[in-house]
Amino acid sequence: MQFDQLLQYTLSGLSTGAIYALIGIGFSIIYNATGIINFAQGEFVMLGGMLTLFFLETLKLPLWAAIPCAVAASTAAGMLFERLAIRPLRRPTPINLVIITIGGSILIRGLAMLLWGKDTHSIPSFSGDDPIAVGGATILPQHLWIMGITLLIVAANKFYFYHTISGKAMRACSYNRRAAGLVGIDVRRMVLFSFIISSAMGSVAGIIVAPLTMTAYDVGVMLGLKGFCAAIIGGMSSGGATVVGGLLLGVLESLGAGLISSGYKDAIAFIVLLLILFVRPQGLFGKAQSERV
Amino acid sequence: MLRLKNINTYYGKVHALKNVSLHLAEGEIVTLIGANGAGKTTILNTISGMTPAAAGEVLFCRQPVTALPPDRIVKLGISQVPEGRQVFKPLSVEDNLELGAYLRYRSREGKAAIHKDMGQVFSLFPRLLERRHQLAGTMSGGEQQMLAIGRALMAKPRLLLLDEPSMGLAPLIVQEIFRVLNQLRRENGTTILLVEQNAKAALKLSDRGYVLETGKVILEGPSNELLENVEVKRAYLGKDKKEIWER
Repeated sequence: MQFDQLLQYTLSGLSTGAIYALIGIGFSIIYNATGIINFAQGEFVMLGGMLTLFFLETLKLPLWAAIPCAVAASTAAGMLFERLAIRPLRRPTPINLVIITIGGSILIRGLAMLLWGKDTHSIPSFSGDDPIAVGGATILPQHLWIMGITLLIVAANKFYFYHTISGKAMRACSYNRRAAGLVGIDVRRMVLFSFIISSAMGSVAGIIVAPLTMTAYDVGVMLGLKGFCAAIIGGMSSGGATVVGGLLLGVLESLGAGLISSGYKDAIAFIVLLLILFVRPQGLFGKAQSERV
Repeated sequence: MLRLKNINTYYGKVHALKNVSLHLAEGEIVTLIGANGAGKTTILNTISGMTPAAAGEVLFCRQPVTALPPDRIVKLGISQVPEGRQVFKPLSVEDNLELGAYLRYRSREGKAAIHKDMGQVFSLFPRLLERRHQLAGTMSGGEQQMLAIGRALMAKPRLLLLDEPSMGLAPLIVQEIFRVLNQLRRENGTTILLVEQNAKAALKLSDRGYVLETGKVILEGPSNELLENVEVKRAYLGKDKKEIWER
């Protein structure tokens, strides 16, 4: 076992982990604002990649223009999803909502398959494919893009939730919905906002990972579940804990695939998920619920 | 200023309010008293739009507001301080107050005006100023109640609805809160509708009162008359029967 090899696995694990973290934060934001686990989250990741491809190849836009268009279109899809599938429910119970989001994800995946077929596609890297040496290991420029963009988005999120009135209002909704209504916060508007932010973040994750892993109509399933896993490790936090959860998962996966067998790559994520749910359902860093009244 | 006409409200099959009518004049403090389950909280929730009435009409400044959602009601100038304080526990005192002014931020009102009002809340409750960066959930019940009132005031309400502000608090804190309510009426002309278990203190503070029983108004009148009313004394002021028989 060489140190270089370990470093290599860790580095590539961190960059896939960053993707899981972004997707996981998307899960957490919607969960915190609404109490819904949005199982369609992965489909917005897929839409990000596939729509970029659509703008790039079908509409012949350059990459720098295709990406924002794809993010905008996926975000619009997220808004539409909230408006058409979530809001009309008169008596939303958790089980109804979960089934609806699963149904929504199957629908979106099916539409994507009809539109773009079953083939796997690749998106060009943002800035070439020349490997960069880091110690004894190498990474691709795309890895740096992934880390940088994730960092930027996490920081923007933090700013939004802690320093803007609209972000604080969204947190207020998650802490105490009734009281939020009483101070005049339109809770339904905040729910829509949470879907907008999550689908935008999910699509960005799908776009920045596509040059490395390729994209297809069904990539959302696995990426969505991995993101969910990251959110569970992070105790459904929409900040640091989920980022750590995602990175941890990415590194574990990559080490497992490298040191044991790549066949176990996906199994590792689910073993971690089950362990966390059995042993620390409040998340790795969460405290058991207690507060003064 | 506020008028409820024949309000009927249901919780599922439970008929919680039966033809309730009441009114508040500008600058008045009015108390609702009654046993648990009499419908006091339901009246407040009906006004604030949290539990819309099935039948009847709510008029605020002569405008019907019966079917409006809670955020529109707040915008019109009615703020509710809910039962059990309901502050945003994981947020700081300052953030809680800012959120009280949420709609004012949304309507692009200048930050300066909002900060000035926050200063006013701090001068009403100096305790909150000391704890402005503390998380609301870590404060004592009394401090949380002050915060809940302060948060409601940040919306600049013309009518303040208070649900059991004295519940579970030490007598000294209750005194302080009642003192502030009085001050609000005197200095800002705020109209106040108060729901209280502590009927005696509430009636002493208020101008008029309504007595509710199982969803109906059974008695109304000036507070000093209610304080002297034998029925009210027996049922809500805890005077013992003997004393009443002897009079």
